Amino acid sequence: MSQNFRLEDGGLINREKKLSFKFNGKTYYGYEGDTLASALLANGVHLIGRSFKYHRPRGFFGAGVDEPYAIVQLYRNGETEPNVKSTEQELFEGLEATSVNCWPNVNFDIGAINNFLRIFLPAGFYYKTFMWPKSFWFKVYEPFIRKAAGLGVASIKHDKERYEHKYEYCDILVAGSGPSGLASAYAAAKNGARVILAEDKPRFGGSLLTSEVNIGNQSGKDWADNIVTELKKMPNVVVKNRSQVFGYYDHNMLVMSEKVSDHLPSTKKYHPKQRLWYIRAKEVLISSGSIERPIVFGNNDTPGVMLSSAAKEYIKVYGVLVGKKPLIFTNNDSGYETAIEFKKNGINPIILDTRKNPDSEIITEAKNLGIDIKFSYVVVAAQGYKKVKFADIASISDDKNYLGKIESIKCDCICVSGFWTPTIHLASQSGNKTKYNSDIDAFVPDKSKQNETTLGAASGVFNLDETLKSSFEKGYELSKKITENDNKISFPNVVEKKSTSHDKFWCVPLPKGKNYKRFLDFQNDVAVSDIEIALKEGYRSIEHVKRYTTLGMATDQGKTSNLNGLQLVSNIENKVVPAVGHTTFRPPYTPISIGAIVGREIGKHSKPTRKSPMHTWHEKNNAVFVDAGVWLRPRYYKQGNENLFEGSKREAKNVRANVGVCDVTTLGKIDIKGPDAAELLNRVYTNAWLKLPVGKARYGVMLREDGIVMDDGTTTRISENHYHMTTTTAQAANVLSHLEYYLQLVWPELKVNVVSTTEQWAGAAIAGPRSRDLLQKLFPNSDVSNEGLPFMGYMEGDLLGVKARIFRISFSGELAYEVNVESDNGNFMWEKIIEVGKEFKIQPYGTEALSTLRIEMGHVAGSELDGRTIPYDNSLEGLLSKKKDFIGKRSLSRKAFVANDRQKIVGVVPLDKKTSIPEGSHLVKDSKAPLPNPKLGYISASCWSVEHDNPFSLAILKDGKNMIGEKLFVMSPLKNKVIPVEIVSSHYVDPKGERVRS
Amino acid sequence: MLYIFCPHCGMRSQNEFSYGGDATVKRPELNKEVSDKDWDNFVYNRKSLRGKHWELWQHISGCRQWIKVERDTGTHEIFNTLKADEEISK
Repeated sequence: MSQNFRLEDGGLINREKKLSFKFNGKTYYGYEGDTLASALLANGVHLIGRSFKYHRPRGFFGAGVDEPYAIVQLYRNGETEPNVKSTEQELFEGLEATSVNCWPNVNFDIGAINNFLRIFLPAGFYYKTFMWPKSFWFKVYEPFIRKAAGLGVASIKHDKERYEHKYEYCDILVAGSGPSGLASAYAAAKNGARVILAEDKPRFGGSLLTSEVNIGNQSGKDWADNIVTELKKMPNVVVKNRSQVFGYYDHNMLVMSEKVSDHLPSTKKYHPKQRLWYIRAKEVLISSGSIERPIVFGNNDTPGVMLSSAAKEYIKVYGVLVGKKPLIFTNNDSGYETAIEFKKNGINPIILDTRKNPDSEIITEAKNLGIDIKFSYVVVAAQGYKKVKFADIASISDDKNYLGKIESIKCDCICVSGFWTPTIHLASQSGNKTKYNSDIDAFVPDKSKQNETTLGAASGVFNLDETLKSSFEKGYELSKKITENDNKISFPNVVEKKSTSHDKFWCVPLPKGKNYKRFLDFQNDVAVSDIEIALKEGYRSIEHVKRYTTLGMATDQGKTSNLNGLQLVSNIENKVVPAVGHTTFRPPYTPISIGAIVGREIGKHSKPTRKSPMHTWHEKNNAVFVDAGVWLRPRYYKQGNENLFEGSKREAKNVRANVGVCDVTTLGKIDIKGPDAAELLNRVYTNAWLKLPVGKARYGVMLREDGIVMDDGTTTRISENHYHMTTTTAQAANVLSHLEYYLQLVWPELKVNVVSTTEQWAGAAIAGPRSRDLLQKLFPNSDVSNEGLPFMGYMEGDLLGVKARIFRISFSGELAYEVNVESDNGNFMWEKIIEVGKEFKIQPYGTEALSTLRIEMGHVAGSELDGRTIPYDNSLEGLLSKKKDFIGKRSLSRKAFVANDRQKIVGVVPLDKKTSIPEGSHLVKDSKAPLPNPKLGYISASCWSVEHDNPFSLAILKDGKNMIGEKLFVMSPLKNKVIPVEIVSSHYVDPKGERVRS
Repeated sequence: MLYIFCPHCGMRSQNEFSYGGDATVKRPELNKEVSDKDWDNFVYNRKSLRGKHWELWQHISGCRQWIKVERDTGTHEIFNTLKADEEISK
């Protein structure tokens, strides 16, 4: 295929580098610097997709971010991306794309039958059709609509690309690199401000790339190029293209998406595909320009109908003609600029101007070039199905209500200009209320809410001289305020053609007897008639009209449709546009890929992974790991083909029979120092702490102020004013914050310091009847006898030259010790324990065996201390001091907490002594009672008791105190289980606690 | 994302902080008789104000200090921040 619509020369593309690409399976050629859209247009391809609702043929409407039609399914480097705007996607060698929303193909689309059924698909058709009979929605209508509707297809594969996040701070962020952006960035940068200049397109310059102006005796484009070159050299400036500032959040935080590699066939090594910038700017200059508005007329969605500015951009930037018999339909001078570009390239356009007698420099130039101009003329309707072939045109009366005789003229494209709409999205997102400017029939930013200023076309100023002056001034003024420098640059002289005012005309009336579809929203197929129906049905608020008709709700978010929609609503309602108001602008300005939002935080990177110093040893010894908060802990150490049940049973049995060792590094550890440390503990814990001697540990429970158990653990008095607190793994961070809260805000008079030492100590729990023998061998110089180191005792020891802390505490209910050494020595300690322990048949045990041991002992843990239970519920009421006050004590006298039948922890054994009880199951009196079956309690933790060799569970049961010996049922509808059980004491093993003291 | 002035560290992003609720609530003194009503007010009852509000934040990823922040709950505007031991002036 040859590029029949490519001009001989001109444009900013690189004609030296020819690129091949595929669209819908067919191979085409374009040049480096093309977009997919410009390359397709160069090849004369105008049919690119089908519309969302009626499946009408769709072509190209714009040349950038505002594009409503030309979205494609993109294939790049083995990945696929839906709904990519072909007007934004840069061409690369080997690019492949297909149409979306058509089946079986774009030329023959079965869904197009909707176009003929459209009388049945009016506004709100989802809400009123297909609703009866109800069952038909799921079985018939919904699947049918699903197949026929929808846009691109999201990939279900894992995205192999890398996305990054970046945090940046600057004095001034300039969004947009058109004349106002360049001028303000340059003035601010020259005055020493730290500036970020962001441009969403690959090329800098905005409107200067396509306009015929002169700045400082150079063409607008040359001036822009020189400014950008200079800015890029300045150390205080970051210049970014392909970077869209899409969201303006609180406290001048803006988010920008940089497409680092989307324009390349594949992402370079060590580069991300996209980068998301979080930018905190002291000042924001919004120079986002404006977007041309369409004029509404019959069949205005036919391929070949497009914005006049887009046609001009295709000529000037890409050297591409969008047609060879162009019709320009305009209500202002902008259409003339496009016509002049056609004429300069040997094409004879016809201009239809809705105005009666306009006069300006540009119009005179067009006349002098011999361009055919018809004043007071309009396009009534475009004709042609897959491409414009004719246009029905007519003169229009001065009051714009009556059409003259309709003539048909040949054309292959209709370039429309309905004046300009400032891009106010960012200003509005920042909280700017916006106001209506009736001179330009559009909303512009009003009073700034945050530190933002809107400049140039985005503020409704379309005159270059004025734009540059105010932008230079603002850049200087803001930078002076921030840097206190006073370096003002001189202002260049500007030559531009003067234009005259536009015609406030936006919608061509229907000729008598004709019922052309006149579209407002091109992607969602919202026509004038749909808005009329919505209003007839009583919708008034513009927000409701939007949602009912889906006006402005497609992937282009109504960039070309919103204002015409507002015009229509205000006309019908006989109101002025500002009284109707506009819908809220919300971020993102343009679609952002999920990958960019997620960044690197995927899979294992979604949270940090903490590993103990012994992790490598665990790996080498076949540990199967489990996530415990952010920690990775061994669940069990697999031997042969063991499963979790078998492995953990073996490990737990060995603890009860011999000795086991468990990595308890993950326990939270807090170092507490100061003369008032004991007083703090006494207030934080429910039991008494003032008399704990040095060298002793004590178990404690702490509550929240509402009486609910927050955490438990042991705290040891290391020396007179020095304590070592342990917390559960899960609550470590919360407990530290809790202590800091009371020390800093409630009792600042207490002289205490707290600091987390979780990562400073490696911990090993040595448990089992032979643990003392092992300990004695590890610490031959210490007296670890029952007298030398009694239960809840503490001593320091020397582990082959390494300083160690030895605590005689037990979670397993066996005779047990915990040895701590500094983290760097953790692995040394662990290997020594394993080595010396061999003769005592030591085995390492994981969290599953740990759970089994504590459950059958009736020791509570996270599944009982779940933020819903008070001390009594966990049979911890013996730890509540009556003599002193403590955090949460006052709450414990609340009525529900002292009720006679208050819930309490119990043990649960299945009657058959075989069936395992699922955790989370409910306890009921009668398994056959009608629903809802009154629930008496729930299973908090289950294990296979290694002591009794049958299943055993803990449960929190209503009136648990008086339920021992009762027969109940465990029900798990989820697992479809009903198990008859007996309620027993929660202390299933060694109820008197003799082993720990042995 | 809010930009909060920590009196110890300077301007920092919200993601370094953890929210701590109403800064004007005073804990009843220890070992003092407290009526059910007063205790309920301390533990549970909070006004969900729209407008200026003194609240606690902890700079958990920074200096770990609890600070008092005067913020407009409707607009997020921050007017003032204080150290933990500085009194809120009415």
